[in-house]
Amino acid sequence: MTAPLEIPQGDPALPGFGLRAWRSLRKDWPALLSIVLLVLLALAAILAPLLAPHPPLATYPDGLQANGAPVGPGGDFPLGADPNGRDVLSRLLYGARVSLVIGILANGLATVMGVLVGLVAGYLGGWTETVLMRITDVIMSFPILLFCIALIAVTGPSAKNVVFVIALIYWTALARIVRSLVLSLKEREFVVAARTLGLSHWRIMRKHLFPHLVPTIIVYATLGVASSILIEASLSFLGVGVPVPDPSWGQMIEQGKDYFQIAPWLLFAPGVCLILTVLAFNLAGDWLRDLLDPTAPERR
Amino acid sequence: MTALLEVDDLTVGFERDGTRSAAVRGVSFEVAAGERVGIVGESGSGKSVTAQAVMRLLPLSAEVGGAVRFAGDDVLGYDAKRLAGWRGSDIAMVFQDPMSSLNPLLRIGTQLTEGLRRHRGLSKPAAREEAARLLRTVGIADAERRLRDYPHSFSGGMRQRVCIAIAAACTPKLIIADEPTTALDVTVQAQVLDLMDELTDRHGTATVLISHDLGVVSSFCDRILIMYAGRVVEAGPADDIIARPAHPYTRALLDSIPRLHGELPRRLPAIPGSPPFGTVPADRCSFADRCPRVQDVCRTNDPALEPTATGRPAACFFPLDSVPVEVR
Repeated sequence: MTAPLEIPQGDPALPGFGLRAWRSLRKDWPALLSIVLLVLLALAAILAPLLAPHPPLATYPDGLQANGAPVGPGGDFPLGADPNGRDVLSRLLYGARVSLVIGILANGLATVMGVLVGLVAGYLGGWTETVLMRITDVIMSFPILLFCIALIAVTGPSAKNVVFVIALIYWTALARIVRSLVLSLKEREFVVAARTLGLSHWRIMRKHLFPHLVPTIIVYATLGVASSILIEASLSFLGVGVPVPDPSWGQMIEQGKDYFQIAPWLLFAPGVCLILTVLAFNLAGDWLRDLLDPTAPERR
Repeated sequence: MTALLEVDDLTVGFERDGTRSAAVRGVSFEVAAGERVGIVGESGSGKSVTAQAVMRLLPLSAEVGGAVRFAGDDVLGYDAKRLAGWRGSDIAMVFQDPMSSLNPLLRIGTQLTEGLRRHRGLSKPAAREEAARLLRTVGIADAERRLRDYPHSFSGGMRQRVCIAIAAACTPKLIIADEPTTALDVTVQAQVLDLMDELTDRHGTATVLISHDLGVVSSFCDRILIMYAGRVVEAGPADDIIARPAHPYTRALLDSIPRLHGELPRRLPAIPGSPPFGTVPADRCSFADRCPRVQDVCRTNDPALEPTATGRPAACFFPLDSVPVEVR
């Protein structure tokens, strides 16, 4: 059995990673679309101060009709205004920052924790493994949302706490995956050979095992961003996420839900953004998985 | 003079589903500094497990008994720190398959330098220089550039050269080579053995060469141990064992090597049957069922490793040369 990524760089029969990525993207339009979407989303989030027609927190009397209902899309407010007279498009753009940053940070933290726990548990085995994996099992057996709410209730709602809480829950799945990979990897002869060289456990884990985990980690980290964004939206929807008035998509949906009949754009605008973002991350993750998995059949 | 490596009544047992099987049943041998000892036996004879027990590579579930001493120290009692300092600097190992014993995702340079940096405390540039020198000594041209290559761009024989360079990097006192040539072409086998010969000779490194190939071992080693079913059944100087085997098993092994002169048999003789697997009964000779010289006593008593008329010890009631019997 050959290891993944064992691909000669100079061999014309097996093109390099960048070229393979591009070729498979051209054949796989959902993946291409998802990458384009993610790039646009990232640009939107980064350039939000330039793109947004209004400050996200500013309230405008123009945004409200005479009867107090928010004005619809068009004119000065391209995606309409919200019940406080704030511009929905501007809030959406700034909300993308919140969603992306929280999603990526939370998931990044979860990935680091998951890889560390999985690697240490799988490689060292014995008591270490038992303790670490039982902790993982316990956390996995909690109902995710309820656990998050309980933790936020204790720590208080803030963007920082949302990141930590999501990370605290999401490392478990990756820890299990990494552990199972390490269990089979550590029996391979090159790991035994590294042990006969007198290398430290830490060095073997870091230098000899970790590179073999990278493809898997990339895939799960990508997929995990989508879940983290959804959890953040759910928490904000439930009022325990990003505190008002800072915009977040989940919180915008929460505030818009009561005005659904008179101002449907309040729900649709952040809702569509959320769906597209999550879909894009999932499609990109699937595409990466196929790309990095040498055993997957090549689709032509 | 104390021996470099002393293995004293080593036993290794594995327990699986409640049944205990003995992989090594009381193996004793010594390796002097600079000496080359070969361990020969079929698959399952316990030769590799013996090597792994010496290197402390066996899983925790293995029951290891007896004693292993290295330069007088009790290896089986080493703690993790001592073990890590010992492996790589005093003792090193070369594995059977160079395809799998090098990490496919790490450059050769990294794999060569990590031992040097750890045990000899070299700086990064010094370790790289030393690694390039090592690559040159094992006959790999353009060493500086090849340090940046990954294992897949080396051929099997070259990879085994790299593995030997890694093992020899810190000039250990003992190298254990577990079937280092089995996965290689015959022509490459000879080159790799020559290389090991040269390197160990230069630094006076003692070698334990494990193989199922008596031909390979006899050309390389001073002394040979023949193992069968977890025991040493015959031991002695390589030339003597080849010339006058005492144990019927050794004789059978020699007979199954193709000869270059004399009349060729239509079929190469093979040893009938297969070695015992799992639990080996203790009250009989483990080779009895496959032995051409078997007698009743072989099925009721287990012969001990005792000196024979050849002057070498063999574990047989009816060793060759003592009772001249025409075998085949």
